[in-house]
Amino acid sequence: MTLVQLLFYFFAIVLVVAGLRVITVRNPVHAALFLVLTFFSMACIWLLLEEEFLAIVLVLVYVGAVMVLFLFVVMMLDINLVRLREGFIRYVWVGAGVALLIAVQLYSVFSAKSMGLASGAPVVGHGPNYSNTEQLGRVLYTHYVYPFEIAAAVLLVAIVAAIALTMRRRSGTKHQRPSEQVAVRRQDRIRIVKMPAEKKQ
Amino acid sequence: MIEISHLLILGGVLFCISMAGIFINRKNVIILLMSIELMLLSVNLNFVAFSYQLGDLAGQVFVFFILTVAAAEAAIGLAILVVLFRTRQTINVAELDTMKG
Repeated sequence: MTLVQLLFYFFAIVLVVAGLRVITVRNPVHAALFLVLTFFSMACIWLLLEEEFLAIVLVLVYVGAVMVLFLFVVMMLDINLVRLREGFIRYVWVGAGVALLIAVQLYSVFSAKSMGLASGAPVVGHGPNYSNTEQLGRVLYTHYVYPFEIAAAVLLVAIVAAIALTMRRRSGTKHQRPSEQVAVRRQDRIRIVKMPAEKKQ
Repeated sequence: MIEISHLLILGGVLFCISMAGIFINRKNVIILLMSIELMLLSVNLNFVAFSYQLGDLAGQVFVFFILTVAAAEAAIGLAILVVLFRTRQTINVAELDTMKG
């Protein structure tokens, strides 16, 4: 067994155990932290597969941004954990049954002859000068540039939607109204009073 | 070298775990969102595994777009969750029956 395989099995075991803890742990904060561990070990596995760019993006975007967002939301909400855990034991068996069913289905698909997994050619690794980021950028900015722009639009829509959903106007706060400030005329602000000059008596 | 069947089995196991998570934590919306993230991650592993096996970059590009959409989905889902908690003071799915659905 080579070092790469050994590392793969290590990270795979960490991944599965952390994934199991995500769905069974009592406290949502702990669940979010175990999800961070899951993403991190998945990024390590992607590094072993010579896909460095996606591994780094997974750590930056997911661990750095999305999971921090999850933690913020979990800590902002005052959740009654006892009510949420009701019926946990009852649903464990349903969940295990569904998981087993899907496992059998996946096994029947993957073990089919038409998948041809057993006869797959051995993978040839890339040399030390291979840059995954450069190769990905070459196809992303040429062949996939149109979907790339659409992805940017999707992110913009998500930003606007998230802000529009969570923004609320409280009564009593003082706002500036630039339109009224711009539209003001001289007559509204000053009044010129004509009066005769007074003489000293 | 890592065999593709091992990668596919790992992705399948992770998918089953997240599916069970949706059924087990069916009252807690936060854990439901986390289970969906896990599910997307397991699907991404399949794309990455086939990209590695076939030496084709298209799988990695697809994972890139899935990550984008998943980040947008998480942001909007959490925003909805915050608004929900502000109006109803609960995130229990069993109590969200206003629409009688």
